[in-house]
Amino acid sequence: MSFLTIFYACLFYAAAAVMAVGLALKIAEYARTPAPLKIPTTPAPATRAGVVGRMAREVVLFESLFRANKWIWLFGWILHVALALVLVRHLRYFVEPVWAVVEIAQPFGVYAGFAMLAGLAGLWARRFLVERVRYISTISDHLMLALLAAIAASGLAMKYVAHTDIVAVKAFMLGLMVLDWQPLPADPVLLVHLALVSLLMAVFPVSKLLHAPGVFFSPTRNQADDSRERRHVTA
Amino acid sequence: MATSTVQAPPLKEYPVIPILAPGSMAASKPYAASEKMNEALGFPGKLVDQWREKAIGKMGELLRGNRGLRVFLDACVHCGACTDKCHYFLGTGDPKNMPVARQDLFRKVYRRYFTLGGKLFPKLVGAEDLTESVLEDWTKYFNQCSECRRCSVYCPYGIDTAEITMAAKEVMDSIGVGQKYTNEIIGKVHRIGNNLGLPGPALKNTLETMEEDVKEESGLDVRFPLDEKGAEVLVVTPSADFFAEPHVFSLIGYAKVFHAAGIRWTLSSYASEAANFGVFIGNQEQMRLIAARVREAALDLGVKRIVVGECGHAWRVAYSFWNTLIGPFDFLDSRYPVPQHICELTYDLIQRGAVSFDREKNDAHVVTFHDSCNVARGSGMGGIPRGQFIIPRAVVRAACNHFHDMAPETIHEHTFCCGGGGGLLTDELLDLRVKGALPRMEALKRVVDEHGVNFMATICAICKAQFAKVLPYYNFDMGMIGGVHQLVGNAIRLGRND
Repeated sequence: MSFLTIFYACLFYAAAAVMAVGLALKIAEYARTPAPLKIPTTPAPATRAGVVGRMAREVVLFESLFRANKWIWLFGWILHVALALVLVRHLRYFVEPVWAVVEIAQPFGVYAGFAMLAGLAGLWARRFLVERVRYISTISDHLMLALLAAIAASGLAMKYVAHTDIVAVKAFMLGLMVLDWQPLPADPVLLVHLALVSLLMAVFPVSKLLHAPGVFFSPTRNQADDSRERRHVTA
Repeated sequence: MATSTVQAPPLKEYPVIPILAPGSMAASKPYAASEKMNEALGFPGKLVDQWREKAIGKMGELLRGNRGLRVFLDACVHCGACTDKCHYFLGTGDPKNMPVARQDLFRKVYRRYFTLGGKLFPKLVGAEDLTESVLEDWTKYFNQCSECRRCSVYCPYGIDTAEITMAAKEVMDSIGVGQKYTNEIIGKVHRIGNNLGLPGPALKNTLETMEEDVKEESGLDVRFPLDEKGAEVLVVTPSADFFAEPHVFSLIGYAKVFHAAGIRWTLSSYASEAANFGVFIGNQEQMRLIAARVREAALDLGVKRIVVGECGHAWRVAYSFWNTLIGPFDFLDSRYPVPQHICELTYDLIQRGAVSFDREKNDAHVVTFHDSCNVARGSGMGGIPRGQFIIPRAVVRAACNHFHDMAPETIHEHTFCCGGGGGLLTDELLDLRVKGALPRMEALKRVVDEHGVNFMATICAICKAQFAKVLPYYNFDMGMIGGVHQLVGNAIRLGRND
């Protein structure tokens, strides 16, 4: 067993643990914190079912963002849809036999890799070109884009420039999940790719990536407009 | 009045997102509340010792008690969707008036003391210690937010800057840095019962004078009852309705509606205020105390219904918060919504044919309707989707022949604040108020030019007072602003019910 394999195995366990525990704690914190008053923002649905619909449109279509700014919506939506497709494509490294849906997604997943880069480029360009967005951008905003772009670029590099032994990578991943460690190929691009993904997982619960769980707990979006009909009280 | 000059920006044909003008509003700051004003509300009189530690402690308390605040502080990704949505930014160009930048004044402190990234790598994530200069920025820029929530309509995570502004004001009040205008007024409500500090006997006189005036004008005994036990309806309205123009014309309008419909109603000298500035300072206990007067008055007078007059934030507090703060209302008639808005009441009577109008009496008015932010984005009406947009317009149209809406991107939930909400309706902030009115003035100018609009109706006392003050800076007549029930009062048919 090479040092490299052991190092990356430990890295992945650590990153996954930080992400899972960190997110669980954050979500528990959001769930436990009371929402003392009814503050839904118009257009607020009157029923719980309506709220589910509104949240679905918000999460899938980025409805509010679409109303706010078409450019941010375009780049942001492309990035997120592409990211979702890429994640589905990557499931092939974690399940055996590979599910049909994952198989269908394979070719789309490759295009999505490019789309993801395009979306990131658009969002990043705004951070330089739009004065207002430049003003509000922090170093971490740039670093997050850099991290995602580097992950996408290193992934695409393995597809088009420097192939790695994906059969061995899959064996490594499957092994990780059953505590049966298999050797990881020592290709530099792969190592960079996996290290960056671990970093992304580790920073998830302590960064602005918290917008992902956060949106579901946002009272202006998840409350129904029924304050006169139903008395809202929290402990 | 502050030393700064008041300057209205030029009205452009099409709205333009301004170029950043850093620091351009750094001089705009409200007067500090006196020790007495702060202490009257249970806040420390002046800046406490170890204010930093106490402020951080208060932040922690608020974070534990308010899920929205926690989520809003964590979730922002600095996407920029909100950056061109605030009327104060559009009117001033000061980058700290971009909603996200305003939030970041608070968020950077949250990050520094409450997040791992901010504790370890403050520079990287834009975290900052709570210093005197940060506190100074808070007193300025959290008093340049009217809590209108326009930005929250557009935020992909629904982040509501108003909640953050309220939290910042809560923290400031808790360390003795109160704002004069709001805290003084809340004290008056506790002491006297209304924002204007109008005591019961003065109120009685005012109402009697109104009865006489209406009698002179119409020859009818339209009543303005005060503290009448056994009335069916308690009307709670902003105290400006008793006193200021054009507000009083709406009160006359309500009285005429009740007269025409034959409903027994009353005002209360104890709950002589619909406004609730507790919401402006984000203090739920103050909000509850102010609202509790209404519940007490309703119980004391034995009314069956509570109706709220034309006041934007009051309607948000009543519609969205009363049930939580002072409910349940099981002692009231459950066939009517509790509380009910005066526009809902009038609309209902129109639908049932119980009131009717001579519309031509309003023919001198070419009317548009300004959606007030709290009504538009924080409440509803009629139990129907978008009722808060439909119902006031339906009432206006029932009473007038000439009506034109302003541009769609400036009305309904997209409406622009008048520039005076959120506890900023004070003279030392006039420059900010004038500049903040710019987007609304631009939209108004277009309907004035295209349709000859000469009357902007609204259902908010703050909007009325604010526009009456700032319209002249944009070369409009201050008489252009008025209430929906002012128009109702002009045209409603009185006399015997037939």
